[in-house]
Amino acid sequence: MATLSKISKPLLLGAMLVVFVLAGELLRAESQLEVASLFVIAIVLGLIARRFGWMRRAADSADAYPRTLGLACVLGVCALLAFFHEDHFALLLLGSVLLYSTACLGLNIQFGYTGIVNFAGAAFFGIGSYTAAVLAKTGTPHLLVLAAGGAMAALISCLLILPVLRTRGHYAALVTIAFSILFRTFLEVNDTLGGPQGMKVPALNLFGWNLGANIEIGDIEISFYANYVLFALALCVLAFVMVRRLERSWIGVAMDMVRTDEVAASVFGVSIARLKVIAFMAGNFLVGVAGAVYGMMTSYVAPNNFTFADSLILVSMLLLGGIGNPWGILPAAALILILPEKLQFIQEYRFLLYGVVIILILLFRPQGLLPRSLRNFFPGRGQA
Amino acid sequence: MSDILLRAEALTMRFGGLVALDALNLEVHAKEVLGLLGPNGSGKTTFFNVATGLYAASAGKVSFEGRDISGQSAQAVYRSGITRTFQRSRLSLPLSVFDNVVIGNYRKLNQGVWFNLFRRAGVRAEYDAMVAQTRALLHTFSPALADKMFDAAGSLSMIDRRRVEICRALISEPRLLLLDEPSAGMTHDETAELMDDIMQVRDKLAPFSIVIIEHEMNVIQRITQRCVVLNYGKKIADGDYAHIVADPEVQVAYLGQE
Repeated sequence: MATLSKISKPLLLGAMLVVFVLAGELLRAESQLEVASLFVIAIVLGLIARRFGWMRRAADSADAYPRTLGLACVLGVCALLAFFHEDHFALLLLGSVLLYSTACLGLNIQFGYTGIVNFAGAAFFGIGSYTAAVLAKTGTPHLLVLAAGGAMAALISCLLILPVLRTRGHYAALVTIAFSILFRTFLEVNDTLGGPQGMKVPALNLFGWNLGANIEIGDIEISFYANYVLFALALCVLAFVMVRRLERSWIGVAMDMVRTDEVAASVFGVSIARLKVIAFMAGNFLVGVAGAVYGMMTSYVAPNNFTFADSLILVSMLLLGGIGNPWGILPAAALILILPEKLQFIQEYRFLLYGVVIILILLFRPQGLLPRSLRNFFPGRGQA
Repeated sequence: MSDILLRAEALTMRFGGLVALDALNLEVHAKEVLGLLGPNGSGKTTFFNVATGLYAASAGKVSFEGRDISGQSAQAVYRSGITRTFQRSRLSLPLSVFDNVVIGNYRKLNQGVWFNLFRRAGVRAEYDAMVAQTRALLHTFSPALADKMFDAAGSLSMIDRRRVEICRALISEPRLLLLDEPSAGMTHDETAELMDDIMQVRDKLAPFSIVIIEHEMNVIQRITQRCVVLNYGKKIADGDYAHIVADPEVQVAYLGQE
């Protein structure tokens, strides 16, 4: 292993503190001037940190102490939750970031590991939402409803991937584009699913815990979105752990082989079809579950939320974060979801912005904000 | 004969109008090192690709240990104990050396989804065993390479990449190893060293058969017991090195008619 820069736990914690303070300020910012100055501050801090080598040290420390990093993230989200406990909109954004991150973790299995580009992410997200909308009214226990949202997405993705298994290259991408367009049209003409107006979705209720009700503790009233943030956080952590385990297993090695060289993979016994099916179904399962929770959180689903452009947003999160690195997803999802909400002048041009982001990333930093590092099966044990 | 490990009978491979293998009959005996020679385009690599299941033969059959393997997938051929290297390096450069080698042992690794996700103690035990095995194998080829086990394969020199590719083909302890021009892009000395290392590993394991495609005649002379020469997909000579070098038809194929 190459000589590492000096790793340090306090430095890592300090860096995470700065990141979450900046994130909090971004969520709090009300004028575009504030957002712009935050942006400048972040860039200046980043350049200073790089000048003194802190950036490298923080990155190496993050590699060395993954648990500390994870704990810092969870605590950071909880701190934001406590700070914005009354603010519906900030908490809605926070919950969305966590749910989109969960969905992106699913896409990461497909795109980052196995190399299947999925341009129908939003459609599978929508399948989860609509499944929740239909099933939640029937009195099915809501935990089952969430699982059904994921299972439905996995089932449909299985039907979609089977015909493309015999082909190589970009056919899967083309099929997903077609599916994404087909899905929205199907929703718009389907009256039982509400047509273009969409449907209402009941709030999530887990064993008597109604996530759609505000919480009152003494004089303090906490926004009901806090429930969803907590639940989405738990879901995201669970998905993260599972995706990490998958990466750090023989299946993860085989998926990487399928992505990098299908011929060499076949010659060493890797069943390309099996791995592609596993990756596509498992990935879309996560996307579907996230979509189901999202539908219940926003209490409304409509075809307009699940367009091809929304699928591109998901893909741009992966690209921005660093393809294959689950740690890159959270900051990327936060930037891509929160910035346009805070910069009103961008609103109309938001898809233009995503396009520009993707082009800039591919031109100047194709490995993303946080590039993926080599696989480390069991971190924390000496390898060299 | 039980002595025959791999047998190709009237094996034919056509690509459109081109006949790459023309009713080829070829045997590989147990524990032998067979040189596969012939001018460029004579069908040597095509034979490897058909034998390993990458191409489906147009006609004829291949049997391995008496079992018909023609028409089987590359995965099935690998599971029956045939591994290979490629003429142009086919390592996954963004992955670590360990990842690249360990995939060679795929048939012995537990691929269950449940096992890999939830039986982490089991994965760890397999992982520890594989790290030890990979390190020992790499060490035979080069102690310095064993120290780079967790570096990216893309950071290695040409000769180290070739070594990693050979380790990937060896780690599952195959019954038959197909080497496609291991000397390509390397110097004489490097090639000689590499061949010695392969033979050293072969002596440690249960001796397996090797078919080697090679243009370096001194390599062929030194390590093979028998050679087969192909031209236009047909076998034109079969025998030990001295015999095939003296064969007039081989001389014509290589040097042209006067």
